[in-house]
Amino acid sequence: MHYLLLLKHELAATLAIVVLLVARLGRNRETSFYIHLGYLLLLLHVFVSLFPSPEGQLFAGLFVNSPLLGLQKSFLAFGLLLIALTADRWLRQHEYVPEVFLLMISSLLGLFLLISSGSLLMFYLALELATLPIAALCNFDLRRQQSSEAATKMILSSAFSSAILSFGISLLYGSTGSLRFPDIAQRLSGSDPLHVIALVLLFSGFAFKLSVVPFHLWTADVYQGSPVPVTTYLSVVSKGAIVFIFCTALFQVFAPLQSFGRLLLIITAVATLLIGNLFALRQENLKRFLAFSSIAQVGFILVALSGGTKEAVSAAVYFVLVYLFSNVGAFAVVGIVSAATGKETITELRGLYHSNRLLSWVLALSLFSLAGIPPTAGFFGKFFLLMAGAHSSQYALIAFAALNMVVALFYYLRVVRAIFLEPPFEGVQSLNLSTAERLALALSVAGILISGIYSGAYEAIAALI
Amino acid sequence: MDVLKFLLIIGTGLFFIGAFGFLTRRNILTMLIAVELMLNGAALNLLAFNRYLWPDRLDGLFLALFIIAIAAAEAAVFIAIVLRLYRNMRTVDVERVSELKQ
Repeated sequence: MHYLLLLKHELAATLAIVVLLVARLGRNRETSFYIHLGYLLLLLHVFVSLFPSPEGQLFAGLFVNSPLLGLQKSFLAFGLLLIALTADRWLRQHEYVPEVFLLMISSLLGLFLLISSGSLLMFYLALELATLPIAALCNFDLRRQQSSEAATKMILSSAFSSAILSFGISLLYGSTGSLRFPDIAQRLSGSDPLHVIALVLLFSGFAFKLSVVPFHLWTADVYQGSPVPVTTYLSVVSKGAIVFIFCTALFQVFAPLQSFGRLLLIITAVATLLIGNLFALRQENLKRFLAFSSIAQVGFILVALSGGTKEAVSAAVYFVLVYLFSNVGAFAVVGIVSAATGKETITELRGLYHSNRLLSWVLALSLFSLAGIPPTAGFFGKFFLLMAGAHSSQYALIAFAALNMVVALFYYLRVVRAIFLEPPFEGVQSLNLSTAERLALALSVAGILISGIYSGAYEAIAALI
Repeated sequence: MDVLKFLLIIGTGLFFIGAFGFLTRRNILTMLIAVELMLNGAALNLLAFNRYLWPDRLDGLFLALFIIAIAAAEAAVFIAIVLRLYRNMRTVDVERVSELKQ
């Protein structure tokens, strides 16, 4: 029983993969059958999340689990369900639906193992299991050139970053003689140059996956070229999981190198905020715009982590939850409009309010939350992040981040203004929303409002750390 | 010169030759080969460390084995994507793969 509870998320994902494989290899069925099967499996996943995760480890410390890690995995499982619901329209037009679900759930399994990894061996394997299916997914608008291009850029950058990571791991192994996180943490010292180099290499591997400046160059192209559900998955689920394991790596494994780690965090946080915001200002394509906005959001997480306290972890986990709802909401609207009409630029969405009121309100609320305007959850997310960052007394950094929030407000409101106030462009016709799409929009709006108004969410997370 | 140093120089050399190749070559398949060089450099490092510094446990050996296996999986996905790219765009030159706005 203990084993079942410890491995519940992984077992649910494996079960989903097996069921989908059997369904795919059996006789051919209609697309809608596969879509409903996929929703059912993801729902099962969310149901499994309701059971509590015990503290414990398996396989000689390769796999560790705790209530906090279980909660993080539940966020990811819920996020994937939301994304699948928003993708309804796109999936109905697609001919390879079971493969889409298979690849997404394989990647999710990789992310679960990544969060739970207790050794660099497991970490490396899980990271590859998480990224390779995403690269294939980027290619899933099979006949669009842009989709091929996005997949190529994705696999090139992820292969390069995993090569850098594995070299960093080899140096770490050479100087400490172990791959297990607790052993490594014990034997690291802040004065050994080899350890510093290993930290820099691992940090740049993470920076690639998190699209932290200067390793962000692939982000905009991949986000723009991929199908919208895949972009959502990349920016919400995959990025969230990597933030979680990044916290573990910084606070548990590299704790002895904290002062140097803080320096790296501060430098990259400033660069990430600056570049993300400056480029987001001049984007015309909405997916590209959200790509740069997500780069800037990661900058805020880095600011919090540079604080170096336990509160940084709880603030980051809470922010990922809030960011999940807000970003899924924004991408859902972009995805629905894009799947129905092929329109993706801000100019083409001008005056969306006149034809699609519900979609416009959801998009506006999500953008408000991303910008951090008070009644929405985004405000509290940013507030806790900056509070956590202030623990290291780097007040200049906090002021810089707060200034960036003002700049961000400008470009988020530019989109809202285009949708509500400007005269319609070619008129996107009024769209009929399916039940799945309505459900997804309702859940993300509820998430944005409830996690902002109800203060228990942050306290519940903080209590687990 | 002892064997460990010699192996580490080769491993690090492979890694940086690979990195240089990745950043300068523009043919996607050559870039794949460059990444494989980088991974092999890391695997060689792990093996050398395991054999000469920590011979009592086999952590490094296992990770090296897994790196080889993963490199194969990565190459499979990579080549599938490149085939698709070639069918769509008739090129494997990264400079010419730039439909998306720069």
